[in-house]
Amino acid sequence: MNYWNPTCECMSRDEMTKLQLERLINTVKRVYHNVPFYRNKMQQVGLVPEDIKSMEDLSKLPFTTKQDLRDNYPYGLFATPMSEIVRLHASSGTTGKPTVVGYTRNDITTWSEVMARTLAAAGADKQSFIQIAYGYGLFTGGLGVHYGAERIGASVIPISGGNTKKQVQIMKDFGTTVLACTPSYALYLAETLEEMGINKDELKLKSGVFGAEPWTENMRKEIENKLGIMAMDIYGLSEVIGPGVAYECKCQNGLHIPEDHFIPEIINPETGEILQEGKSGELVLTTITKEGLPLIRYRTRDVSSLNYKKCDCGRTLVKMTKPCGRTDDMLIIRGVNVFPSQIESVLLEIGDTAPHYLLIVDRIGTLDVLEIQVEMSDRLFSDEVKRLEDLEKKIKNAIESTLGLSAKIRLVEPKTIERSEGKAKRVIDKRNLK
Amino acid sequence: MLVKQISVFLENKSGRLAEVTGILGDNNIDISALSIADTTDFGILRLIVNKPEDAERVLKDNGFTVSCTNVIAIAVVDKPGGLSAALKALDKAAIGIEYMYAFVGKTTNEALVILRVEEPDKAITELNKNDIRVLTAETVYGL
Repeated sequence: MNYWNPTCECMSRDEMTKLQLERLINTVKRVYHNVPFYRNKMQQVGLVPEDIKSMEDLSKLPFTTKQDLRDNYPYGLFATPMSEIVRLHASSGTTGKPTVVGYTRNDITTWSEVMARTLAAAGADKQSFIQIAYGYGLFTGGLGVHYGAERIGASVIPISGGNTKKQVQIMKDFGTTVLACTPSYALYLAETLEEMGINKDELKLKSGVFGAEPWTENMRKEIENKLGIMAMDIYGLSEVIGPGVAYECKCQNGLHIPEDHFIPEIINPETGEILQEGKSGELVLTTITKEGLPLIRYRTRDVSSLNYKKCDCGRTLVKMTKPCGRTDDMLIIRGVNVFPSQIESVLLEIGDTAPHYLLIVDRIGTLDVLEIQVEMSDRLFSDEVKRLEDLEKKIKNAIESTLGLSAKIRLVEPKTIERSEGKAKRVIDKRNLK
Repeated sequence: MLVKQISVFLENKSGRLAEVTGILGDNNIDISALSIADTTDFGILRLIVNKPEDAERVLKDNGFTVSCTNVIAIAVVDKPGGLSAALKALDKAAIGIEYMYAFVGKTTNEALVILRVEEPDKAITELNKNDIRVLTAETVYGL
């Protein structure tokens, strides 16, 4: 098993708790004294930093949300003078103002450390050639992986996103061993490989770290088969640090959270109540080493659960389950909660359907309607109308029994659903409900 | 005796048919017969062409979903009851017809019909037994 930092990754629970508490107390003091937003929030509930004496006291602290970051745009939640900030990143801001995150030199070191752990867990070392096809720029994906890859001493190929044919050519010519990109882009690369007539055996690819969007076990299998690699899930969000917030080991049954830097909790998103180990709810993270933008009980909107059992890989770090959707990309259609990832699972279980699909939600009169466009493939196609209609019916029935929601299935020609070079666009919501 | 038929998946969008026939034309592929089966959302275009392998390849290269199926082409006398004789022969042998379509050939007093059946070889034997003229692939591709 490959560890980057066995001392921290395999620490006993007692030692970890002690370390976390010490760091938590320091963080709370720092934000209380340096960030008016946190001081006000704590004062509102009658808290002073000295009230935080044990790990249980964490739950007394108020939550922080993405809206808080927007309200304090751009630098309002920073805890250091701007002279200490050496890097700024920002989220895309598709749902409003972008959120800006700042890093001190030490934060960059922390980020490199957690990404080095992530890559090492995926089998990377200084012999590796790591092709980083996440976008470089304000998005944290590209540079985050980059710094981790340099930290472990691998040969870094900073190709960034897009230019798919060139990606494939470079992958082949440079002997890439580790690929880093979004899972949907990994599938797109696999398709392009086929189109270019390159066999996966001509590549030296061994593993990939894929994240930045939800994906399913079936999608993992498809990537693994088509590229002949181990596909590892990684998790991160720019507000917390970027990629490196959680990573899979070779057991592939959960993502380890570097708890010496981030404390996770799972809460009921409605009530804020903390849920027990194993229960599914919203993941909340507190950073305990970050200087530029420390976050106290940040609501990630990602749905997950935690498992503290020591992993077969030897790591004692808690594992979170693969996020099974976001509480805010959840669609409510005729009162039914729908995560696009659920629909993806259904399509893949029907078999052979490449996961290229698009959900179109519309409101006709007062009724919400869901149309699912599914791309036709050579294996699904038949010269008989009856067979294709049966296929539509099969998908419709499976969706209905899984979600309790009827949907119109529409078979579309291959490659007509837009391929994204970053996050896949899975939903078009035409309802104007706001 | 089996004739290769090319089937293409098409969404019901304007211009798709023109695109398929355009690609075939550009590649010097001649269409002998065609039929479209459609639903509200999609259609299946079935084609008999002079160079089926080439047609399958160029259409796939252009991003279409294409399949190739074996069908039978028969020529029946162009008079009342002509088609019926052929269909009765198949019915008697319990051979189901998935679909069929007629087309105009250059011959004068025979009607040409494409049949898609589950057991094409057995169907050809039965048709031959009943003196129904089954056209060879070469004949059909050359029409």
